[in-house]
Amino acid sequence: MEWLAQLGRSGLSFSAGLGRANLLMLAMLRGVPQLLRRPRLLVEQLLSVGVLTVLIIAVSGTFVGMVLALQGYYILSRFGAEATLGVMVAASLVRELGPVVTALLFAGRAGSALSAEIGLMKATEQLSGLEMMAVNPEHRVLTPRLIAGIISMPLLAGMFSVLGVYGGWFVGVGLLGVDEGTYWAQMQSQIDWDADVLNGVIKSVVFGVVCTWIAIFQGYDCIPTSEGVSRATTRTVVHSSLAVLGLDFVLTALMFN
Amino acid sequence: MSRNAPADDTLVRIRGLKFYRGTRAIFNGVDIDIPRGSVTAIMGPSGTGKTTLLKLIGGQLAPDAGTIEVDGQSVHALSKPDLYRLRMRMGMLFQTGALLTDLSVFENVAYPLREHTRLNDSMIRKLVLIKLEAVGLRGAHGLMPNELSGGMARRVALARAIALDPMMIMYDEPFTGQDPISMGVLVQLIRRLNDAARITSVVVSHDVAEASEIADLIYVISDGRVIESGSPQALREKGGEWTRQFMGGLPDGPVPFHFPAPELEGDLFGDPA
Repeated sequence: MEWLAQLGRSGLSFSAGLGRANLLMLAMLRGVPQLLRRPRLLVEQLLSVGVLTVLIIAVSGTFVGMVLALQGYYILSRFGAEATLGVMVAASLVRELGPVVTALLFAGRAGSALSAEIGLMKATEQLSGLEMMAVNPEHRVLTPRLIAGIISMPLLAGMFSVLGVYGGWFVGVGLLGVDEGTYWAQMQSQIDWDADVLNGVIKSVVFGVVCTWIAIFQGYDCIPTSEGVSRATTRTVVHSSLAVLGLDFVLTALMFN
Repeated sequence: MSRNAPADDTLVRIRGLKFYRGTRAIFNGVDIDIPRGSVTAIMGPSGTGKTTLLKLIGGQLAPDAGTIEVDGQSVHALSKPDLYRLRMRMGMLFQTGALLTDLSVFENVAYPLREHTRLNDSMIRKLVLIKLEAVGLRGAHGLMPNELSGGMARRVALARAIALDPMMIMYDEPFTGQDPISMGVLVQLIRRLNDAARITSVVVSHDVAEASEIADLIYVISDGRVIESGSPQALREKGGEWTRQFMGGLPDGPVPFHFPAPELEGDLFGDPA
């Protein structure tokens, strides 16, 4: 019976955590009007959450595109279909790899940093200090980070896909001899704006909400000790990655039947 | 009570306070009156809930029973906007200083002014420098928090706490971990600020000598209740056995030196089983 009790405790704890996360999300959303009056707070966070993540996204996007072109050319050339290399690279990136890999990298780079920063602010009583200065930490500290994450993710995913396409062009056209006109023309004719690009953008916005929400909640809800912050940071990366992969399957099934 | 209720001599009135962590009672029916304009020390051994008491007064925690009134307002009956308005008239000095680590000393002290007033930059600069001058750190306004010693960080936090000219300041263990010079500076600052700005000060501490030096009134709490209260001298001279042991730092007394154990002879020479 002990395992049943343990299962029940875990279930209750999970439900309570989910409830706290939802309440936190509502509290952060209530801070949006205040953020609109003070856009400087958002700009600061766009720099730290978005701009500082650009390098890893740019490098990863370029190399993923290059590898896709190499692998794609190897398979497609067996069937004499190397002319469709551009479509394969672009579709893979825009539909799947752009949003998913960007979200995984975002969780590792920006998500973990968010959790650690907020957790340490809690551990060093900075959040309590704000409360005692009559400043709502949820609105002042958390809301700008949430909105910055939601705005940054689709932009980063877009950058990942564009640089991936150019990485594929460099390998396919530059090194393997695929015709340049065919590479771009096939892509232009086969990639659909709504079915491919827009769905990819929707995915990245959903991943942006989920990854930033998890990161902020883990930091805000952590035990305010060095071990607690460390665990929160780890949980952010693990939970975000699992959520992104699970949601990607659901969204793909819904979007592409 | 309304916000415009006539002011009396008691700024903070706590009645029948009960607060539990799980099943453990941190406070079990505590009554405390903190007079206006005084320095009141809340003392007691570590782990008796002194910091918790400050958080309850500031409305960061809610009691399980009882009431806390600050300036005639029942803290836990206030709406969030009213609570925030009340907090603007309360300062709190945290044990760690709680400075915002991404802002300079100047910006930390300017923070409440920028958040709650519409003063222009020139006026904010003057006010910040005046507050930093009061704690002796005007020359450190360009430093970052990680460049400050522990004592300096607390003084900056004190300058920030008085930025909005509050009616009261709560000090959470202000003397812990300070060298004698920093401790002397803080002791003097608390008393001087209290008298010069007519602030009410609540000092939570277990540093008996320093707290006794500046306090007008001391409450000794232990095991979830107020053991004794009175002036430092009265407590030293006429306090109960427990209080005199605590105030005098005596190693043995009602709080025994030895952890409960069987007889020494039996333990040393008896059967090990």
